[in-house]
Amino acid sequence: MRMSAAVPATRPRSAATRPARRRAAPALPVYSGPFGEAQAERLLWRAGFGPRPGEASALADKGLRGAVLSLTHPPRARLEGPGPTDSKGRPIAPGDAWGHDHLWWLDRMVRTNQPLVERMALNWHDWFATGDVGATRLNLAQNSLMRRRALGSFSALLTDITRDPAMLLWLSGTENSRDAPNENYARELMELFTLGAARGYTENDVRQMARALTGFTNDWSRGVGPHRFRFEAKRHDGGVKRVFGRRGKFDWRDACRLCLENRAHPSYLVTKLWSYFVPTPPAPRTVSSLSALYVHGRYEVRPVVEAILMHPDLHEGPRLVKPAIVYVAGLLRTRGRPLTTESWTWLSHLSGQMLFQPPNVAGWDEDRWLDTATICGRWKAANTSLQDQEIDTGDQTYDVAETPEAAVSSAIAFWGGPGITPETRGRLLAFSQRCADGIEHRWQQRSYRVLRQNALRMLVATSPDFQTC
Amino acid sequence: MALHCRNFSRTQFLREAAAEAGRGLPNVEPGMPMPAGTGLDRRSFVLRSAGLALSVYGGQKLGFDALSAGVAQAQSGGGQRVLVSVFLEGGADSISILAPTGDPRYRRLRPTLALPGSKGSPFREDRRLRWHPVAAKLAALHAEGKLTVMPSIGYEGPDQSHFTSRHFYEVGARQANLPTGWLGRYLDLVGTPDNPLQGLALNRQLAPSLAAGRNPVSAANSVTDYTYTAPFVFDDVERRLHQYLPKVGEAHLGSSDPALREAGSIASDAGALRGQLGRYAARGVRSPVIYPGSKSGAGSVGGGVGAGGDMFPERLAGLAALLDAGVPIRVAALTGPGDHDTHAQQAKSFGSDVKLTADSLFAFQRDLEARGLADRVIVHVWSEFGRRAQENGSKGTDHGAGGIGFLMGTQVRGKMIGEFPGLAKLDPQGNLRSTSDFRALYSSILEQWFETDAGAVIPDASRFGRYALIK
Repeated sequence: MRMSAAVPATRPRSAATRPARRRAAPALPVYSGPFGEAQAERLLWRAGFGPRPGEASALADKGLRGAVLSLTHPPRARLEGPGPTDSKGRPIAPGDAWGHDHLWWLDRMVRTNQPLVERMALNWHDWFATGDVGATRLNLAQNSLMRRRALGSFSALLTDITRDPAMLLWLSGTENSRDAPNENYARELMELFTLGAARGYTENDVRQMARALTGFTNDWSRGVGPHRFRFEAKRHDGGVKRVFGRRGKFDWRDACRLCLENRAHPSYLVTKLWSYFVPTPPAPRTVSSLSALYVHGRYEVRPVVEAILMHPDLHEGPRLVKPAIVYVAGLLRTRGRPLTTESWTWLSHLSGQMLFQPPNVAGWDEDRWLDTATICGRWKAANTSLQDQEIDTGDQTYDVAETPEAAVSSAIAFWGGPGITPETRGRLLAFSQRCADGIEHRWQQRSYRVLRQNALRMLVATSPDFQTC
Repeated sequence: MALHCRNFSRTQFLREAAAEAGRGLPNVEPGMPMPAGTGLDRRSFVLRSAGLALSVYGGQKLGFDALSAGVAQAQSGGGQRVLVSVFLEGGADSISILAPTGDPRYRRLRPTLALPGSKGSPFREDRRLRWHPVAAKLAALHAEGKLTVMPSIGYEGPDQSHFTSRHFYEVGARQANLPTGWLGRYLDLVGTPDNPLQGLALNRQLAPSLAAGRNPVSAANSVTDYTYTAPFVFDDVERRLHQYLPKVGEAHLGSSDPALREAGSIASDAGALRGQLGRYAARGVRSPVIYPGSKSGAGSVGGGVGAGGDMFPERLAGLAALLDAGVPIRVAALTGPGDHDTHAQQAKSFGSDVKLTADSLFAFQRDLEARGLADRVIVHVWSEFGRRAQENGSKGTDHGAGGIGFLMGTQVRGKMIGEFPGLAKLDPQGNLRSTSDFRALYSSILEQWFETDAGAVIPDASRFGRYALIK
């Protein structure tokens, strides 16, 4: 997730536990500038995985409000186009074959008609970052939970995640019993999931919260693996705990509730949620307005997301570096291409993001996607996305008189005509011209133009313009 | 299985193998200290990655040609002293690597995890301790006088968040908001504004400890696979394509948009790195010694071959080859194999991870010796904290305080720094008290190895003692 330069400092502990005061929050501004194809393109990248062919212009026709509401209230889920296969044309096996869980989800990102739902599932995967628990079906079940609760109540999501089998395994929830407390989930519940590090809780709260969370257990059998996840009263520490200055015989549901009611929670949630869509931190008044929206809406996420997607900061502010998997999915989605090789797993990994394998429980670092290693991975992904679409030098129909300008325009159009800055266009044109200058023999007239077009498509897909949105 | 706060199960470990890819590096969650290099606002943050410093001091105007020239210039300067930083991620259990079998409380605190008394070799500087058998190669280096051990390194008021404690080690201070890594600040002091290879993270992402404030640094996933090919592009057109990878990026170095500027700057750096590393792409690295996971005795490492698929040995082999080739590296950063955040079933992963770490480091040391580079390279091994003395009810251990540290090389003194504090007097949280301080260690490395003023790199360096590290 993105760093929260702007998560407000917490109050002293006594204040942190007072219920949030209800007061009129400043109204949230709505972007009022033009909403054309360029704005729709940005929205589709921020709230999804980029436009499919024709999608940006269709979205632009709805206007900003209509566009945002169409994303937050999508039609019935449908995956469009041919399904994913391995490189031998066989269907994938997400529950069984290595890396196919990644392919399965990546394919949904490429083919979904509910891009924001899929994007929110990705955001929750980053938020409650759970790695491979050794039982893929449990990771996939958690994924389905995040999709089901994508735009719903955070309270319901937190409750479900706390008892989710993959999470219970990942953060030692079923290892946490009255006789052998384990602080793993308690700490991250507060530090990462609801409050933020050192905001509104103490080390003692971690230990007390761990006691409240005791009681989950599961069985394990050969061949089946972990199963029969349940809460057992006899494993639960039923004693009095003192959390956030409050005393009670708290259990796991109380643990979730106490976190949601902690004063440090709403600002943490809205700031973190904002960071998935907008690269600049929200102004303090924006945080308080969004927090009020969230609390008055009884922890519903959809209205908060709608307010963020309509906010002027998203539409008028600087560009956002596309998360690695968004870039990768976008390469295929923009071209309407299906997944036809399992290489997408390691290509995504090299680009910096393998689904179901977050680097740690804090998720991916949204602020540092690009470096000299991941940019090489993105290049390789673009290269693979172009396999089977390249023009062959044996193609005798290729325009032997194509001008450098026409070649550049054609390569940009190949990617659905994304907005390309004059800076990039200038360099593409220079490259195009240099290639033409290199033609020395008659036989090179066509073949160099073919090679040039293949190369230009790579340069567009890997340009700073296409890495960002 | 359920290991942890974040974990690499055995399955995942093997999967990594198939992916032929490395592990993620820096990550921080909201509310935590910002990782070094992020800076305090977006503007300085986006300047953080490989090209960050270039922007801050106008160096961003330097294009591919200037960077190539800068690297060449640095290369002609001759062999510099090198520090290799190896991070054991997750909080390595020092109490298992050097087991206090002679401490009367050991078996009570570690009923299921304790090392049987006869196993492993004794640690000759403290007879209470025994090397775990998986760390036998470290014991061998220690016997040769090439390994300095810090049995319980840490700092006052130990923080038990992975991210916060790691951040302190990365920035070289107990400060939440330092935006640069301690090695980055060293490079700012002695490096140049046109050589991104002076600080090289062999990983998919930049190591925060390398994040500089002024001079460029870089990251590479593998030295054998830094290739930029395109379908049906070859001959002159491919050569031009490689020229234009950085050139398209450089068109954005003056952009008013931070993200475009960042992407452009990194494309520019990637072009420079491709020029340096491209030569290894075709044939892999030839090593004079055998690394764990090498296919044969020939010592050829590359193409994702590694023990269990972990890239650590391959990266070390690649690093030795780069140094041998005269690539102007001053500081390199790697992450060791596996995950040490062993909250449960510690025995499942601990042994194989530590063994691969120890065996790889041993091979690297031998490689440096065979290449005649050993006298100008030292390796620092560290982890964000140790683990709690008392094992938990899950056959694992929770976050602790004082942890393990090593310095390896022919030039290190090989004499223990600090002492094993014993299990009788734990801190109020039940953790080992630290007997050496990471800031004192860093200051000593800077002064004695790099012959640099520690006060210019480590905040309040004069407050900390110094250790005699170098022969």
